[in-house]
Amino acid sequence: MLKLIGIAIVGVGFALRWNALLVVVVAGFATGLAAGLPWHDLVAELGRLFVQNRALALPAVLMLPVIGLLEHHGLQERAESLIRQARSLTAGRVLLLYTGVRQLAISVGIPLGGQASAVRPVIAPMAEGAARAATGELSPAIVATIRAHAAAADNVGNFFGEDIFVAVGGVLLMRAFFAAHGMTVGLWSLAGWGIPTALAAFAVMAWRCRALDRRIARAAAERTSVPVDRVPRGGSGS
Amino acid sequence: MMPLTVEPFYSVCGLFMIGVAGGVAADARRPKRWGSVGFWALLGAVFIGGPVFPPVFSGYLILALVALAATGHVRPPQRVAPDRAGRFREAGRLGNRVLWPVLAVPATAVAGSLLLGRWHWRGRLLAEPAQAPLIALGVGVVLALLWGLRATGSGVRVPAAQGGRLLELVGWALILPQLLAALGGIFATAGVGEVVAGLTARALPTQLPWVAVTAYCLGMALFTMCLGNAFAAFAVITGGIGLPFIVRLHGGNPAIMAAMGMLAGYCGTLVTPMAANFNIVPALLLDLEDRHAVIKAQVPIALAVFAANLALMGLCVYRY
Repeated sequence: MLKLIGIAIVGVGFALRWNALLVVVVAGFATGLAAGLPWHDLVAELGRLFVQNRALALPAVLMLPVIGLLEHHGLQERAESLIRQARSLTAGRVLLLYTGVRQLAISVGIPLGGQASAVRPVIAPMAEGAARAATGELSPAIVATIRAHAAAADNVGNFFGEDIFVAVGGVLLMRAFFAAHGMTVGLWSLAGWGIPTALAAFAVMAWRCRALDRRIARAAAERTSVPVDRVPRGGSGS
Repeated sequence: MMPLTVEPFYSVCGLFMIGVAGGVAADARRPKRWGSVGFWALLGAVFIGGPVFPPVFSGYLILALVALAATGHVRPPQRVAPDRAGRFREAGRLGNRVLWPVLAVPATAVAGSLLLGRWHWRGRLLAEPAQAPLIALGVGVVLALLWGLRATGSGVRVPAAQGGRLLELVGWALILPQLLAALGGIFATAGVGEVVAGLTARALPTQLPWVAVTAYCLGMALFTMCLGNAFAAFAVITGGIGLPFIVRLHGGNPAIMAAMGMLAGYCGTLVTPMAANFNIVPALLLDLEDRHAVIKAQVPIALAVFAANLALMGLCVYRY
C-alpha cells in the first residue's frame, strides 16, 4: 500500500500546480524508497532511463532550428494566406481535415504531421487564417482556443489512427503481452478492432470542430455588436 | 563500417543546447540568466555524454537540472513580438519556397524509415533497423535545414538564434517526458501496478461481465493518467483486470479487449499533464499562456470517445 504514495504525490502535486519536474522526481523517489530500493540505485535508474528515453525529446529539438528559420521568413504567414484563398474553409474544417489526413496516414504507417513540425508552423496558422478570413481580426482568447484545438487535432488523429497499423508499438506490445501469457492473438484482428473507435473519434472531432466554428462566429458577432450596445457617453469617438 | 545509429543526432541536439547556453551567457541584457545557462549546458552534456557517463553521474546531473527548474532559475527570455510586417513581406517574396522544406521532413522520414533498415553496404546493414525511423527523421531535418537556408538566403545564425528562442520557449518542460518515462520505470520496478490492479479487483463486483468491462476501461484510463503513458498501464491493468476477468472468467475476445482497452488508455492520455509531450509541450510551442489549454480542449473529446469505446467494447467483446 505504501508504494502508492507516488500516485498520491503526483495527484496532489499537479492539483496544486507545483513544479512538474519536482513532483515527478519526488514521486519516483518516494515510491522507490517505499519499495525498499536504495537511494544510490534510484539515482542510477533515473540516469539510465532518462538517457535511454532521449528519443522523446529528439524530434521536437531537431525541428526547432528549421521551424525557427522558416518562420523568420514568413512560413506562418504563407500558410495563412494560402488558406485565405480557399473561401469555404473554416477553422474547424481545416482542423477536421487535418485530423482525417493524420489518422489515415498513420493507419498505413506514415507519420505525417506532429506538434513541432506541422501544428505550430502550418496547421495552427492555417486555422487562424481561415477564421480571420471569415470574421476579421480575432481576440487573443479565440486565437488561444483555435491553437489548443489544433494541438488536439494532431493528438486525436495520431492516437486513434496508429493502432490500426500492424507494425507500430501499440499493436506489437499487445501481441507481446499475450505471447508472454502463452496466448496467440492475431496482429490483424488486434489492428482491425481499432477501427470502430477510430471512426468514433473522427465523429467526435467533427462535433468539436463544429463547436469551435460556432464559438468563433459567436465571438465575432459579440464583438461587432459591442460598439452598438455601449455607445460611448461623451467620449470623443471618431 | 559501423551501421548508422541515432547517436550522432543526440550529439547534434546536445551541441545545439550548449550553443543556446552560450548565447544566453553572452546576452548581458538578461538579468539572472545563469540558471538558464547552467540548465541548457548540463542538459546538452547529458544528451552528448549519456551513453558513456555512469548512470549515477547522469542521475545526479538530472537532479541538478530539476533543482534549477524547481527553484525558478530557468527563465524564458523576454517575449519579443515578431515583426509581422517583415514576415508578410518575406512570405510574399518567397511564396511556396518557404513551405517546401517543412514537407521535406515527413517525406524523408517516411522514405527513410521504409528503406534505411534494409539497405546494405558492403554486405552490412546501413542502419540499425530499430532506429531507422529516428535516423530518417534526423536526416530529413538536416536536408530541410540546408534547403531552407538555400531558399531563404539566410546564414546559419538565423536558425541558431530563432531555434534557440523556441527551445527556451519550451523551457524545462522539454525534459518532463523523459522524467515521466523514468517514473514509469521506477513504478514498474516497485510493483505499483500490481497493487492497483489487486485493489480494484477486490473492491468491485467483477463477476458481472459489464462491471469487468467498465472496470478495465476505467482502470486503463485512470492508470494512464497517473503514468502519462498507456503502454505502461496496458501490461498492468490487462494483467490485473482484463485477462483474469474479461477473458478467463467471462470468455471475452482477447483481441477486442486489448485493442479497445489500449484506446481507453489513450483517452486518459488526452487529459493528463503527465503526457507532457502531447499536452504540455504543444501548449508551450504554441505560445499559449495557459499551459493546460490543450488538455481543456481535449476533455470533451476524451469523455465522448471513452464513452463510445466503452459501449463498443461492451457490445462486442462477449459476442465475437
